[in-house]
Amino acid sequence: MDSFAMPDVIVPAAGVEHTYTTTGLPHRKIGIWAFIGSECMLFASLISTYLIYKGRSVVGPFPHEAWTDPSTGHHFRAILNIPVTSASTFVLLMSSLAMVLALAAVENRDKPKVTMGEKILGSSKLWLFMTALLGTTFLGFQAFEFTSFVHEGVSIRTNLFGSSFFTLTGFHGAHVTAGVLWLCTMLAVDFKRGLGPKDALNVDIMALYWHFVDVVWIAIFTLVYLIR
Amino acid sequence: MATLAAPAFAAPIERSDGGFLSWLGTTDHKRIGYLYLFTATGFLLWGGGEAMLMRWQLRAPNQHFLSAEQYNQLFTMHGTTMIFLVVMPLSAAFFNLLVPLQIGARDVAFPRLNAFSYWVYLLGGLFISVPIIFNAGPNGGWFGYAPLTTTTYSPGLNIDFWVAGLQILGISSLAAGFNFITTIINMRAPGMNLMRMPMFTWMAFVVQFLIVLAFPVITIALVFLLFDRFFGTNFYEIAAGADPLLWQHLFWIFGHPEVYILVLPAFGLVSEVLPTFSQKPLFGYPVMVYSGILIGFLGFGVWAHHMFAVGMGPIADTVFGVTTMLIAIPTGVKIFNWIFTMWGGSVRFTTASMFAIGLVAMFTIGGISGVMHSSPPADLQQTDTYFVVAHFHYVLFGGSLMGLFAGIYYYYPKLTGHLLDEGLGKWHFWLNLIGSNLAFFPMHFSGLLGMPRRIYTYDANQGWDTFNLLSSIGAFIVGFATLILVYNMLVNRKRGRLAGNNPWGAGTLEWSIPSPPPVYNFAEIPRVTSRYPVWDLTAPELTAAVPHTLRGDEMVTAQVGGVSAGQMSVPADRRPAAAAGAGLHAPPARVPSAEELGIPIPYTTTKPFFTALGIIVMFGGLLLTRMENKIPGWAVLALGAATLVGGLYWWLTSPLEPEHEHAGAHGAAPHHAHAH
Repeated sequence: MDSFAMPDVIVPAAGVEHTYTTTGLPHRKIGIWAFIGSECMLFASLISTYLIYKGRSVVGPFPHEAWTDPSTGHHFRAILNIPVTSASTFVLLMSSLAMVLALAAVENRDKPKVTMGEKILGSSKLWLFMTALLGTTFLGFQAFEFTSFVHEGVSIRTNLFGSSFFTLTGFHGAHVTAGVLWLCTMLAVDFKRGLGPKDALNVDIMALYWHFVDVVWIAIFTLVYLIR
Repeated sequence: MATLAAPAFAAPIERSDGGFLSWLGTTDHKRIGYLYLFTATGFLLWGGGEAMLMRWQLRAPNQHFLSAEQYNQLFTMHGTTMIFLVVMPLSAAFFNLLVPLQIGARDVAFPRLNAFSYWVYLLGGLFISVPIIFNAGPNGGWFGYAPLTTTTYSPGLNIDFWVAGLQILGISSLAAGFNFITTIINMRAPGMNLMRMPMFTWMAFVVQFLIVLAFPVITIALVFLLFDRFFGTNFYEIAAGADPLLWQHLFWIFGHPEVYILVLPAFGLVSEVLPTFSQKPLFGYPVMVYSGILIGFLGFGVWAHHMFAVGMGPIADTVFGVTTMLIAIPTGVKIFNWIFTMWGGSVRFTTASMFAIGLVAMFTIGGISGVMHSSPPADLQQTDTYFVVAHFHYVLFGGSLMGLFAGIYYYYPKLTGHLLDEGLGKWHFWLNLIGSNLAFFPMHFSGLLGMPRRIYTYDANQGWDTFNLLSSIGAFIVGFATLILVYNMLVNRKRGRLAGNNPWGAGTLEWSIPSPPPVYNFAEIPRVTSRYPVWDLTAPELTAAVPHTLRGDEMVTAQVGGVSAGQMSVPADRRPAAAAGAGLHAPPARVPSAEELGIPIPYTTTKPFFTALGIIVMFGGLLLTRMENKIPGWAVLALGAATLVGGLYWWLTSPLEPEHEHAGAHGAAPHHAHAH
């Protein structure tokens, strides 16, 4: 076959623009879902390790049972503080609600708002701020939890429970921190020039990440805290 | 139908224009593929050199050319280099070069993320490779079994380089994985439906899912090891109650899918090469797709066959033995489909097709010894002997690398515009085939006679002497053959025979555009109406049995007993190409520029490079904290973090490409899709 005798055209798809996408969805929407799929395996590995090591620590303190150190006679109560963590879980769940309202506010920015309620619900600044605030509150709870655990005698070095617990929840906390920083940059843009429907994709992607981190916490709270 | 889509012939665009900074800042998937190809070839020589040193030591009994410690570093880095720095990046070179061209796209979904992946790979590769020069190379095996790699047993920096280096390389692979998943899902031209994608793109698609699902697992295993080594956690401390198999399970849950990450791209390349050189469509295309997907799924369910010797018990051994035997079925289906593709075709023996046929033969040998390992009692005899070394070299050298070599000979003209020398190529092929069989086949025997893996020297008169000498001779022949390839690539990069659009008479979309392709690839996005759009125009008789549609994106189904079944073939004279009057034309004189066509091209940017650099500096700082020296590690770590955050900030706040005139016409969202 003569390699230079070639069709000068593969039939072009008339009217298809540079911005054409196969699914009609923007690339970043698909990219974030692929990222979330990958993150599922990350947290699955962390949670599995925690569960495999559950009950295998050779020394205390333990998450759900009291323990007396045989060498010193020192008494440790069960470490996990479920009432406090229930409160922080509630805070994180509420942050997802605020995130939903923030996205709706960004999408509906150009719609007229008359009543006080419409104005409150339609303020993306308010709801982005609330999401970040609730996320920060959750992180505050976690900081309190970590410091009080260390004071009670469990650090990341103490035993298998300490290592796997602090690594798992620490990774989650790092994800929340990244989310809060992301929210803050978005909030800064909102104050600078206002977020509108053209920014909805950016907020939507951030919201997907935020909800994912929230869902992971529900799994952690159930498997680590509630199930003994 | 006057259009500039695919001028048949134009002088190659010389790649040197633009200089060093244009390479540092490139976001063009073809140039990034070029960088991947040459970097991985460099690491191929590096990792091959490590193998040569080991084979020199083992050529005869009781040699002490290398110390035990040097040998440990060499086998660790030979495996790590070949897997993470050669075979995966060579595959990535082809993902970069081919995926957008095969699906009719102008670039990948996130061009800057793509550049970032490359720079992280290059810098991470140097990070993990250079320490061996200073006798501080990783020395715990490419699998890095903990607790052997914890500070108790491996106190030096060697393992720190390995842990940090693999974390860095994982970032590169994951970023590329997200990028190519998005590209393949979302950038296919109209009519390029999933069952029309070229087989290489299909295998690339499966591999990206394996990467994004398997790499997080080793990331966590490495995080545990890093924490154990740096912060005194207990994940692998047996005295603290840790499970000695935790690392092995996490590692092989990653490690076995990794085997398919290494081999499926080569399978994809062979599935492109064989139809072209048989002048026949790929035999059993749908079954090839399904078997690739099945291999991907089953690949996550066989990991513990690497661990039969640790005593998991009869139930686990049986389950993993059976799943391992099962995975041989879709793999065997592929072998038979390649044979049936050649069957009855007019087979041409070019270097590319010879390497492809070489893969079919050599991988089959490796596959058969693999099935032997799937039986736990047999595996207990073979594990940790040279028999296993023979097996995985037939799979990874005879399989992956020969397929990738086939791809290099086949696609080098598309990448550079110049053909590789076929005469040198034949020398490369035959020396490679003879050398690799001479190197690896005797290992079956030395292994069965009891020679263990990873020993740095051995006593005479155990029945291994001759086999080892043969293996060493073979290894050096392979080394020489590889030098021929590199010489061929360097010399013919700009001086080889001009390729034209389609030097091999191939049928897929990438061969419809000039070689090398213009920066925008396709002047107009093509409409695809069958699996072999180029053959539809140049050799319609070849595609008579391949399903076609009239417009590209609609389904045309045949009625079988009142039920819609599959797609039907459209006669050649009714196909859209004929209807549109497209056909063979005199070539235009020159390829128009992107500006002339009004196609926005991403800006050149060094931000991905500096972001990648920040990551490397961070890990470097982390390692410095374990050294007694005057450079404060935490300060370096902070500097790296600042570079990372700064680079990321400038990256994310700058536009990808110039606004183009149509931007306002169809809403902002699709345009913003490019702004990552």
